[in-house]
Amino acid sequence: MAEQDKHAPQFDAATGQSTTGHDWDGIQELNTPLPRWWLGIFYATIIWSIGYWIVYPAWPLVTDVTRGVIGYASRIDIAQDMALLKQERAAQSKALTEASFEQIKADPELFRIATAQGKAAFGDNCAACHGVGGGGAKGYPNLNDDDWLWGGSFAEIQKTLEHGIRFAGDPDTRVSQMPAFGRDKMLDAAQIRAVANHVRSIAGLSTEPKADLAGGAKLYADNCAACHGDQGKGNREMGAPDLTDAISLYGMDMASLTETITNSRNGVMPAWQQRLDATTIKALTVYVHSLGGGQ
Amino acid sequence: MSTADADDLPLFAPSKKVYPQSVSGPYRRAKWIILVLCLGIYYLLPFLRWDRGPNLPNQAVLADIANNRFYFFFIEIWPQEVYYFTGLLILAAFVLFLMNAVAGRMWCGYLCPQTVWTDLFLAVERFFEGDRRERIKRDEASWSFDKAWRKTAKHAVWLVIAWWTGGAWVLYFADAPTLVKELATFTAPLSAYVWIAILTFTTYSLAGIMREQVCTYMCPWPRIQAALTDDDALNVTYRYDRGEPRVSVKQAQRLRSTGAPAGDCIDCNQCVAVCPTGIDIRDGAQMDCIQCGLCIDACNTVMTKVGYPAGLIAYDTDDNVKRRQAGQKPVYRPLRARTLTYAGLILVVGGAMVYQLATRKMADISVLHERSPLFVKLSDGSIRNSYTVRLLNKRPESRPFALTVSGPAGARIEAVGSAATADLRPVVTVEPDSSREVRVLVTVPADVHLDKSQPVTITASDLFAGEVVRAEDHFMAP
Repeated sequence: MAEQDKHAPQFDAATGQSTTGHDWDGIQELNTPLPRWWLGIFYATIIWSIGYWIVYPAWPLVTDVTRGVIGYASRIDIAQDMALLKQERAAQSKALTEASFEQIKADPELFRIATAQGKAAFGDNCAACHGVGGGGAKGYPNLNDDDWLWGGSFAEIQKTLEHGIRFAGDPDTRVSQMPAFGRDKMLDAAQIRAVANHVRSIAGLSTEPKADLAGGAKLYADNCAACHGDQGKGNREMGAPDLTDAISLYGMDMASLTETITNSRNGVMPAWQQRLDATTIKALTVYVHSLGGGQ
Repeated sequence: MSTADADDLPLFAPSKKVYPQSVSGPYRRAKWIILVLCLGIYYLLPFLRWDRGPNLPNQAVLADIANNRFYFFFIEIWPQEVYYFTGLLILAAFVLFLMNAVAGRMWCGYLCPQTVWTDLFLAVERFFEGDRRERIKRDEASWSFDKAWRKTAKHAVWLVIAWWTGGAWVLYFADAPTLVKELATFTAPLSAYVWIAILTFTTYSLAGIMREQVCTYMCPWPRIQAALTDDDALNVTYRYDRGEPRVSVKQAQRLRSTGAPAGDCIDCNQCVAVCPTGIDIRDGAQMDCIQCGLCIDACNTVMTKVGYPAGLIAYDTDDNVKRRQAGQKPVYRPLRARTLTYAGLILVVGGAMVYQLATRKMADISVLHERSPLFVKLSDGSIRNSYTVRLLNKRPESRPFALTVSGPAGARIEAVGSAATADLRPVVTVEPDSSREVRVLVTVPADVHLDKSQPVTITASDLFAGEVVRAEDHFMAP
């Protein structure tokens, strides 16, 4: 037993198949090699991969990668596809660039292109604040409704898109500033409360039982009416919201109103002129206008 | 070990080359006529024109994949109507079953593309290489110029037919005359060439090389057919009651004069020689038999020559052979529960399809509720929901549809970018044979009580033709 040649093939008595020669407590493993065809394919793939290294980008280097002899890169493909797409859409883009809003509105095909392109641009640039469908959120206007701070006509929407609102980087940006009546000590807490109650009353909402409505009305006339109007109907020239309609950007409950009057709200929207081309802004304008609130 | 022996056996019999001999007779004539008709339709149908007006293609049969339309003479099918093809397939299955119940494998023998093209390829083979004996002799002989050119010519013509077959196939998917020009000038789309190549290969290999093996080994129908058939279905049958024992004409006279039994089969083997699948019909019904009836033609020719009555091989049933042997009259029952049921099912399915087609809507509407935001409150407190409405116009002229809404009280409807009729119904015009998507706004006044969700129906009515289609969705509120 001890003198047996370790490398001589050993065979399993029951099946006649050769064994690996390994022996664990009398249990031996049958030698079942991989099929030849399988091994052949396996080695072929290894050889194939060498060709792959040569032809395609493969090995990472310190600052770069091996480029491969045919100079292929998936990024080049994408660049080509994008260029091709641009070329295919050139006619459409040209038509869109040259058409007026009225022409776009009157031509179903142009309108379809504009809204489709606008929707894509909206998803990329606007949805982060205004929501996917332009539904908005507190502080971010809902673009589907008919209440506009700065105007909902094609021209006004386009201007807002181009120059933004209270955007420091654009000299033509839409500007208005509501004072922080509380923070800047223009009104005290009781006065703010009275004004808030007055605003709720002109909006048709309930007021607090012991609210000083007369005092509130007087304070409103002195401090707020210049922008929001005597009746609280707002003024689009300076982005002053209508306080009487059913829509509000920051909330009409006492707490929200108190906060608004105390510290003011001055939301900012970037100017897109610097980032998007005129045609895209035009498409965005048509899309936003088409959401339901366009005027 | 015995299992190892079983493992080593071949999976199927080695193929024997079949040299079918030419034959003439009524069945052969019927097969030629069917061949010319079927191939004529297949090769020429794409060129048939059918005027559908200025906006639609004028090809009678066209599968316009690029534009998602299928045209069949006066019928135009949109992708969502492909279930018609399901009806066609069911109909085809029942017709196949009915044929089988009446006269066995008529499909295999006369109509199957495999049979038709194989017949054509055999005719070409016969033209270049001669009839059965000549072909066998030439194949056994060593290579010579004569053998080489005949074989080369045969394969060349086969390839041309196969190529033409593939070429005709792609013509069903594009305007045929245009595509022929493009193919000839090598400006056709790559896919056309690829499909022609694929079908050239399949036609050449299936009809030229594999032939009867397709029927014997590849086709599922013989297996299914065997399970579907019954005792009354007519089959190509060797009437062994009349044929056995097989003796020559002279010997039969001698035997009959002594009163010994003698059959009409003179064992001339003509039935075997003409058989395209290389079987002997006298072995009885068998799966390899495609029931083409060529052995009937061959046998009748011989019977007439030797002065025996025809019909030793004929369309008959095994039961009738047994009846005649027992001295009874043969019974034929083409009208029986099985055939009547199949015929009835064909009528029902066919009728349902015709009804479906005749009453189908030429317009359609689908509505998708905008989810972001679900609803919008307007400045006067009214609630508005937005929907994406897609209108479908299957007619070859443009049609204006007026939209109306029903559901919550006081609901108003408008379509973004669309004008409205005098009674404030928005009008959406859909181009011929196309669909159009519009954003539709439905607004309910503030004083109407609304649940979180209530059903709403949007209806589109063709302003001229009056066709009305509607779709249901929901109106959401806070």
